[in-house]
This record gives sequence, structure tokens and C-alpha cells, in this order.
Amino acid sequence: MAVTRTDLVLADVAVGDTVPELRYDVTATTVILGALATRDSRPMHHDRDFAQRRNGVRDVFMNTPNQAAWFERFLTDWTGPYGRLGRMRFRMRDSVFPGDEMVMRGTVTDVATDEAGCGWVEVDVTMLAITEGEERVATTCRARVAVPVEAGDNPWQRRGDAWRP
Amino acid sequence: MSDLPAEILEMVGSVRYEEEGEFPVERGYVWTSCASVENANPLFWDDTVAAEVTDGPIACPTMLSLWFRPHHWAPGRTEAHLPLKVHFDLKEALGLPEAVMTDNEIVFHTPVRPGDRLRTRQVLRSVSEEKQTKLGVGRFWVIDVEYENQDGEQVGVESYTGFGYRREG
Repeated sequence: MAVTRTDLVLADVAVGDTVPELRYDVTATTVILGALATRDSRPMHHDRDFAQRRNGVRDVFMNTPNQAAWFERFLTDWTGPYGRLGRMRFRMRDSVFPGDEMVMRGTVTDVATDEAGCGWVEVDVTMLAITEGEERVATTCRARVAVPVEAGDNPWQRRGDAWRP
Repeated sequence: MSDLPAEILEMVGSVRYEEEGEFPVERGYVWTSCASVENANPLFWDDTVAAEVTDGPIACPTMLSLWFRPHHWAPGRTEAHLPLKVHFDLKEALGLPEAVMTDNEIVFHTPVRPGDRLRTRQVLRSVSEEKQTKLGVGRFWVIDVEYENQDGEQVGVESYTGFGYRREG
């Protein structure tokens, strides 16, 4: 069962919960704006000829730091501003191109409180790229996100040994 | 026994390319980043929320690497200033003209704030034997990039797994 997005607390979350799905129609502007926003001027992210000739792919494709920003947005849409990313691990399997529909889905795999009293949620997120009805797994991400144990708790206030991402 | 050249073996575990970012952390890029992915998190758009939650504005955690992306051009610069230089050193030293990143892990520590002057350093952790993949023949490598702020606080660590290769045919 999906949970609501703002000011999520640990008691709201259980293993098996799903994060509300995000669907987005990717255009060349999406890819190029993402490259620009991450100060990435490498041509495979804005020059289709280069991407085809040198990378052997059909078009320009979304870069990794911009994908990280998409994962962050997907997760914090769900947690609200008190959600604090601790760790993200991505695996890039395929590329996201203009013309694809990008779909992001997430499932909670663990809910725990560490020895410092910080509440943690582990989420497996999949970024899919759909081209003319054909679905490909573009990137997978395992994220560890701190959320308040209860109202009034704030993971962002944790420092030093109280923060164990 | 490793088939790696001695210069590569010497690189494993050594700290390289310690440097300060070319510019301080700034909010304009935070908004540009949020706009690129339509991120409406009020932490980045509403100063009241930022004051309440994070004691003032912060940068999006996943923006860590962009503070070290060099300017595309700068006066007097005669050659391209490449980010993740160890990755490009490996491509050149191993004669592998193409490369992709396959895995990326980021661990987030002290929040990054507008005005911070961040420092970074790169450490090559490992290089694999030659492997055949659908892209071509090449090697996987793992590079850690460590980041800290002007007060010496660690703000994050990124681990990149790259695959350098030669296209077949």
C-alpha cells in the first residue's frame, strides 16, 4: 500500500510498501537540461551524431548525475522535506533516450532504527525506459533514507556519530 | 599474478588530484538542478522550511559531483580540465578509448550549503582483469571520490565503477 508523501514518519512505513509511481515523458530537452544542470558538457549528452557514432546508441542519453537527481526527487516527493538521504547505490543497465517514457517505481525492503536512534528506510527503486511499448530497466537504485522516528524528530539535526549512513 | 602495467598497480590505493572546487557552492545551481527534474521539495524553494528543517538553505545532496565539474573553458587553459581524472588516466594508460560508468554509490554526510568551498580527492580502489562484455573487451575499475568542506568535515564519498573498453569490429 502506498503511503502519503509529506512528513512521512517511520511508523507510516512497512516492508513491502510501494513508493508512488513517477511517470515522465523524456525529450531531448530533458536530457540536455539535465546535462547542463550537472555541468556535463560531454557530447554524448547533447550531440546525437556523436552519441550514435562514438557510443553506438540511438540518441543522446541521460547522464548519471542527472539520474541521481531524479532518484532524489522520487524519494523526497514521498518522504517530504524531513527525509534525508544517507546512501544511494545505482546500477546503470541501459540508457534513457528522448522519446522514452521514464517510469520510476520503488519498494520498501527494510525499516529499522539504528543504535543512535535514527530511523532508516531502505528502498529498491527501478527506473524503466519505455520505447514504443517495449519496457527496459535503465537503472536500479538501492537507497537508504532517514525519516523521523516520530513527529518532532529531525534526521537533518544528526551530526557526527549520531549520523550513520 | 596481475597483468596490469606497473604504473597502474602503483596508482591503486594512492590519493590523487586533491583540489578545491573552482567556485563556491551556489543556490542558482540548486534551482537549476531542481528545475531539471521538477523537484518541488520546499527545502530548496522555501527559506522558512529550510530554516526550520536544515537551519538554512542547503544544496541537493545528489549535486555533490557537480561542484567539481570544471568550467568548459577558462582563460589561459590550454587543455581540457577533466573531472574524475583518474578515470581518464586509466583509459589512456590501458589503451581503452571508450568507457561507461556501470555502478555509482554515494554516501552523504554533513549537508552542503551555499557558500561552502569544497575540496575533493580521488583514490583508485581496484582494476579488474580483462573481460569480454557486449560492449567490447575491457576492464572494470572502482574509483572513490571523497569530498569535504572548508571546515574539514566530510560531506560525502562517491564510488564509481567504470568499464573502459575497445569496440569490436
